[in-house]
Amino acid sequence: MKFMQRGLDSETKKQLEEEEKKIISEEHWYLDLPELKEKESFIIEERSFMPCEDLLYGRMSFKGFNPEIEKLMIQMNSRYKKEEIEADDKMEADVSDEEMARRYESLVGTIGKKFLKKRDRHELQDEDEDENSNLRPSNVKKMFLKPQD
Amino acid sequence: MAASGLSAEVDVGQVVLPGDVLLLPAAPNADGERLRLGPSSAPRGRLLCGPGLRRCAAGLLVTKCGLLRHRPPAGAGTGGGAYWVDSQQKRYVPVKGDPIIGIVTAKAGDIFKVDVGGSEQASLSYLAFEGATKRNRPNVQVGDLVYGQFIVANKDMEPEMVCIDSSGRANGMGIIGHEGLLFKVSLGLIRKLLAPNCEIIQELGQLYPFEIVLGMNGRIWVKAKTVQQTLIVANILEACEHMTSEQRKQALAKLSES
Repeated sequence: MKFMQRGLDSETKKQLEEEEKKIISEEHWYLDLPELKEKESFIIEERSFMPCEDLLYGRMSFKGFNPEIEKLMIQMNSRYKKEEIEADDKMEADVSDEEMARRYESLVGTIGKKFLKKRDRHELQDEDEDENSNLRPSNVKKMFLKPQD
Repeated sequence: MAASGLSAEVDVGQVVLPGDVLLLPAAPNADGERLRLGPSSAPRGRLLCGPGLRRCAAGLLVTKCGLLRHRPPAGAGTGGGAYWVDSQQKRYVPVKGDPIIGIVTAKAGDIFKVDVGGSEQASLSYLAFEGATKRNRPNVQVGDLVYGQFIVANKDMEPEMVCIDSSGRANGMGIIGHEGLLFKVSLGLIRKLLAPNCEIIQELGQLYPFEIVLGMNGRIWVKAKTVQQTLIVANILEACEHMTSEQRKQALAKLSES
């Protein structure tokens, strides 16, 4: 390719490069068709009979011949019916909301104690144990005392 | 051959032949003359085009002969209805998601070859059973019956089936027991038996205690307490396709007497 020669200036190089590109891209083939717009289709093609006819589960048992299958029958057929119901039900909670809030309250305290410094933990313990004794003024923080000469 | 398309609504319950074009309601015709307004002229949800029908430019193209069926949309406005052709055939074509009964014909390394009644044998991996691992292989022998569903089933590839569902649970699928009787019926009868309120199954259920597995490939497996009862149930199921409901009730009444 002519533009690859080292001796030429960058401008002439660029010009030659562009010309080469044009020649190459013109040789590329393309379809001379008008642009087709894909229609928005709301028809789904389905080859199976299951969603059309709402068929039941294939395994069945009668008069207690196979109790596991009978349980499965109830489960599968009711699950199928449930899928039709589109209303979102609130999930039944094992623990009520109030109890949950109470648990969390105490939980914060117990986990919080873990992260206290040893001095504060000690204070907390003293507070809990003897209520009769005079409480030290808690605003006095123990600072580093410079040793006197 | 400017055959006018038939309206889909008019034809529900009528016989349609391959090549018929069904115009859907609320779809304007080319001339703009016949504008049929459906019950909901607002843009409806997705319409399900079931087996026997294909999408074409004007509407739906019928590809199988049979009766045209329609199911109206279940919820209010969400999801369109469904149209399909109720045709009769005995030969099964594998379809993805169909539960079927297969017979294991060969063991080839890690997969089993299963005969499902189609043009090709389906493959079933040994890991596709509940609780199966590389060490803990399922106890499947050649000649066993398996109840599973297809995960891959198209005309270009070999069908593949599994005996677990998407969450890994068996849900009743897997190897069917050793006793019992397997026989073949037409596909239309299977769909009739699996319909939500099938009288045949309910009436039979009051006769004897028995267990039944229905595969969408036309195979039924029945097991009852004695061989005679099993044969009676099998005969009734095979014959009920061509009996009217009165004849069937008479036959069952005679049986429950004896």
